[in-house]
Amino acid sequence: MHQSSDHQSGMGAMAPKAPQHQEATPSGRLAVEIWRGSRDGTFRPYDVPHHANQTVLDVVTWVQRHLEPSLAYRFACRVGMCGSCAMTVNGRPRWTCRTHVSRVARGGRLKIAPLGNLPVIRDLVTDMAPFFEKWQRAEGRFAPTLTRHDPPAAVRPESRARQAADAGIECINCGVCTAACDVVRWNPDYLGPAALNRAWTLVNDTRDGAHGARLKAVAGDAGCHNCHSHQSCAEHCPKGLNPTAAIAGLKRMTLMALLMGQL
Amino acid sequence: MIRRHRNHPGFWAFALHRVSGLALVLFLPFHFLVLGLALEHEAALDGFLTWSQTPPVKLAEAGLVILLAAHLTGGLRLLALEFLPWREGQKTLIGLAAGLAFAAGALFLLNAA
Amino acid sequence: MDARLSLLQRLSALILAPLVLVHLGLIVTAVGDSLGAAEILARTRGSFLWGGFYGLFVIAVAIHGPIGLRTILGELTPWRGRGLDLAMVLFALLLLGLGLRAVAAVVLP
Repeated sequence: MHQSSDHQSGMGAMAPKAPQHQEATPSGRLAVEIWRGSRDGTFRPYDVPHHANQTVLDVVTWVQRHLEPSLAYRFACRVGMCGSCAMTVNGRPRWTCRTHVSRVARGGRLKIAPLGNLPVIRDLVTDMAPFFEKWQRAEGRFAPTLTRHDPPAAVRPESRARQAADAGIECINCGVCTAACDVVRWNPDYLGPAALNRAWTLVNDTRDGAHGARLKAVAGDAGCHNCHSHQSCAEHCPKGLNPTAAIAGLKRMTLMALLMGQL
Repeated sequence: MIRRHRNHPGFWAFALHRVSGLALVLFLPFHFLVLGLALEHEAALDGFLTWSQTPPVKLAEAGLVILLAAHLTGGLRLLALEFLPWREGQKTLIGLAAGLAFAAGALFLLNAA
Repeated sequence: MDARLSLLQRLSALILAPLVLVHLGLIVTAVGDSLGAAEILARTRGSFLWGGFYGLFVIAVAIHGPIGLRTILGELTPWRGRGLDLAMVLFALLLLGLGLRAVAAVVLP
């Protein structure tokens, strides 16, 4: 533990506190229900100690370590950067590492289920393959037009197209928006907010060469026109993105292309 | 009953738009059939219209007027969301306000009769 | 719902918006002035204006309504595909037929 550094002056300075050990002082108990099984299964109850500054991921980890060694769940960074820990917490899709128990547990109750609108492999682990297949079906891939022998592409960052693209490129494919989307639930073919948001960033990328194919992909029966602008995706996106706005842009673009006979 | 993740204005606006649209489209064939009575069955039309003066029918008519106004304003809100530059949250508020004002005005005027 | 259907839905909506406003205004006026059926029909009979107005209204609604119903049924019931599309076309024809008949009923002298 460090003592005072150069700019601290003795008794008045704050020495860093000793790190608090999480197990030391529970401030109550939590009644936690966790989904066990796959598509068929049940919520099992677990009694979990509640600590200050506890996240839902902490709770799941505690259960797996102390009560249920066979509990399956995903996480990676634990600090809100990777999106791997997304689950349904008390009915809402969220990143469990960034969900404080004190903010969501009403009366000390937590209900944790796998992320919605995806097949469940086991317990809290979903199969993300359909999510990424929709990404591909929406032509969510960058199609290069230049080679390393060409000069770098000049992209004006203040242009409307680039600003539209920049508004959506921070997506890390966590699946929360697609889990929150009612239309994805009602229409299994619907490409969904994440895939369409990606498509929007690419149709606004002046370097990309697949514009025509992408517009066709998002204009079809499974495409952007299925969106009813509920905006559940924007409500839940942990990165503050707005797929509804991106999809509205795709609607405008595809309608214009249709009117111009380009579809 | 309503899933937690739907508890926000964008979803309620959608729900109102869908319910009103469904009610209106199912009502229409009956509306057309009644009007069609004017062709050859004026007596039947008169009888129907007498029946429709009763309070429950008047109430249903007011309900239809409100649903029509709500569906119109909800639709205009959607067109604004999709085709006008985005300003988060404002469009829903405007839509809600306009819809409520419209419906309230229509109901008031109907009541004045 | 693909781009084509969406375009039809939105175009018919744009046509319907002013027509619905006028229709609501008419209802409120008729109710406010306590107009009975005989009085209303006296104004609509023999009128090209009302024939044109409500004729357009019926055509637009016969497009707009079934497309919306198709979306609702396709999302909330297991019914979808060619069967649903055919049923919606039939429903559109029903609305068109009954609607134009109703227009004739109130407009023909």
